[in-house]
Amino acid sequence: MTTTEPNTERRDLHPAVDKAQYGLAAFLVIAGGYVLYDASTLTKGFDDQPVHPYTIPYVVGAALLALGILLAIATARGDRPEAEEGEDIDLTHGTDLRTVGLLAGVLIINIALIDWLGWAITGALLFAGSAFALGSRTWVRDIAVGAALSVGTWYGFYVGLGIPIPAGILDGVL
Amino acid sequence: MDLLLDGFAAALTPENLLFATIGVILGTAVGVLPGIGPAMTLALLLPVTYSVGADSAIIMFAGIYYGGMYGGSTTSILLNTPGESSSVITAIEGNKMAKAGRASQALATAAIGSFVAGTIATVALWIVAPTVADLVVTLGAPSYFALMVLALFAVTAVLGSSKMRGFIALFLGLAIGLVGTSTGQARLTFGEPLLADGIDIVVVAVALFAIGEALWVAAHLRRKPLEIIPVGQPWMNKDDWRRSWKPWLRGTAYGFPFGALPAGGAEIPTFLSYATEKKLSKHPEEFGKGAIEGVAGPEAANNASAAGTLVPLLALGLPTTATAAIMLVALQGYGFQTGPTLMDQHADLVWALLASLVIANTLLLIINLPMAPIWAKLLRIPRPYLYAGILFFASLGAYSVNFQAFDLALLLAIGVLGFAMRRFGIPVLPLIIGVILGPKLEEQLTTALKISQGDVSTLWSEPVAVVVYGVIALLLVAMAVNGLRAPKEPPAEPDTELDTDEKELSPR
Repeated sequence: MTTTEPNTERRDLHPAVDKAQYGLAAFLVIAGGYVLYDASTLTKGFDDQPVHPYTIPYVVGAALLALGILLAIATARGDRPEAEEGEDIDLTHGTDLRTVGLLAGVLIINIALIDWLGWAITGALLFAGSAFALGSRTWVRDIAVGAALSVGTWYGFYVGLGIPIPAGILDGVL
Repeated sequence: MDLLLDGFAAALTPENLLFATIGVILGTAVGVLPGIGPAMTLALLLPVTYSVGADSAIIMFAGIYYGGMYGGSTTSILLNTPGESSSVITAIEGNKMAKAGRASQALATAAIGSFVAGTIATVALWIVAPTVADLVVTLGAPSYFALMVLALFAVTAVLGSSKMRGFIALFLGLAIGLVGTSTGQARLTFGEPLLADGIDIVVVAVALFAIGEALWVAAHLRRKPLEIIPVGQPWMNKDDWRRSWKPWLRGTAYGFPFGALPAGGAEIPTFLSYATEKKLSKHPEEFGKGAIEGVAGPEAANNASAAGTLVPLLALGLPTTATAAIMLVALQGYGFQTGPTLMDQHADLVWALLASLVIANTLLLIINLPMAPIWAKLLRIPRPYLYAGILFFASLGAYSVNFQAFDLALLLAIGVLGFAMRRFGIPVLPLIIGVILGPKLEEQLTTALKISQGDVSTLWSEPVAVVVYGVIALLLVAMAVNGLRAPKEPPAEPDTELDTDEKELSPR
């Protein structure tokens, strides 16, 4: 829910053409191209099969390609997106990519370590790391809350729901 | 009727009542958190329901569903920031009431109105859904194919402000839906065996709704906290009741039919209800300053339309809102073949769901009216913890599907896509519905053409299919005419939706 005031501010912040949108257009062209390439590697189904495995991929790939080109044209003509609003969102400032990068890093660490360390440990790191990235500076409390959540959900899933989450390095301890 | 009674019998066992209660409490607790709408609530809590038996899971899910919806409207009223477009009106009038010291009454009329609307709409659902399902079962693959095209088209082009962005989302979703080996050959799997079964829809939904949203909020986190209005026990006096009951009923009458249409959604009926109440009210001057009718009507319309969306969902297997899409994912997760045969093959469970909707709705009223002050406290949760918690539970949910770190990588990749979509104003709904319906669309097309031995004209050989294509053509014409009439809005104007809506409403 915006008012007119932040809009004017936002306009000053952005150049007339949203250059980043060319990136999205390029992504669509590449994705569409790849879907078309992938479709071309598929072989025909049975002769009496009316819809071959590559039929729909060709349609989808072509559409993505066309939409990417359309988006690029629209962008050049000054089309700008309406970024999404929300309860905790303040669009009057620019995009804080540092926080997003940190969060993505935390998620990647979780992916890299979860098989080895197990959810009970990486979950706690995930929570504490995300809280840190989002501006919390109470280390001890963040880790304590994270550990309580991760061990709690591990037992909750194991005992309450009967879903054994792999324990990783703590196998036998938990 | 017997089926309905059986459904109640299944839903009313002490064990299932417990699950319904847990569902309502969990749903409200998560739904009331700022930044979490009903769809995200369902996506986050979905894994919890997988472990219990199918009937308990459905009943718990019904509780989560209503709890999430109610939690969302509480947030709107107390924070003046709608979690989704259907609660825009609730946020306007409700927050004005709250600021004028009538937060309790606003919450009460929203809760009781939701209950009234939900109950009436569920009864309507009992009557309409089986009738529609009976009709649909007699249809062939061509008609079903046409209906799916209509649903995709409607969700993509009719809702949302930029048609091009709607189609971008749709085709991205269809591309994701292609992944896998369902046709016997590996499509878009990048040679990765873990992709052979396709991308789990739970992972897609959690990534888009939870990770994408959390990253997006993180990039724009409000540095100063929002003003939260303290709230006491919700209550209404005699005058509030007198002014509320008619709007509840009128809102219900708007909401249910719109929800049941493939392109209805909740926005149009809430706006219609607001406009109607303003016109009929004896206190039109109060509108925009916190009129109780302006909360009662739209909130009832919102809830009734949510029940209405279950008609196409249960009778046709077609989801038309984000919430319904997650619900379909849930039903498939419980092992149901969704589609026209659902109500025949799983009559007992469908009726258990239909009965539990009423039970969940009742529980919601009993539990939530007294607990409103506690829920309001949840709004004060520190934002780093809130969004760290969302990332935590989203990862847990995606991981618990298969215990594969690979799923977490997919979660992040699609989450980044979700972030980019929010940045570029691309709607999420067409994508998720494309992922769900894409494979089914291919299946129906194959079936139809197999029967006709490749003759394409079979696609318009059934009267229903012809009518549906006619409707699509009409929508296209209407869009074209609209486009010509208002040639080019100022391109860069991020003109707030709300402003235009208010303009539309104010001349009354």
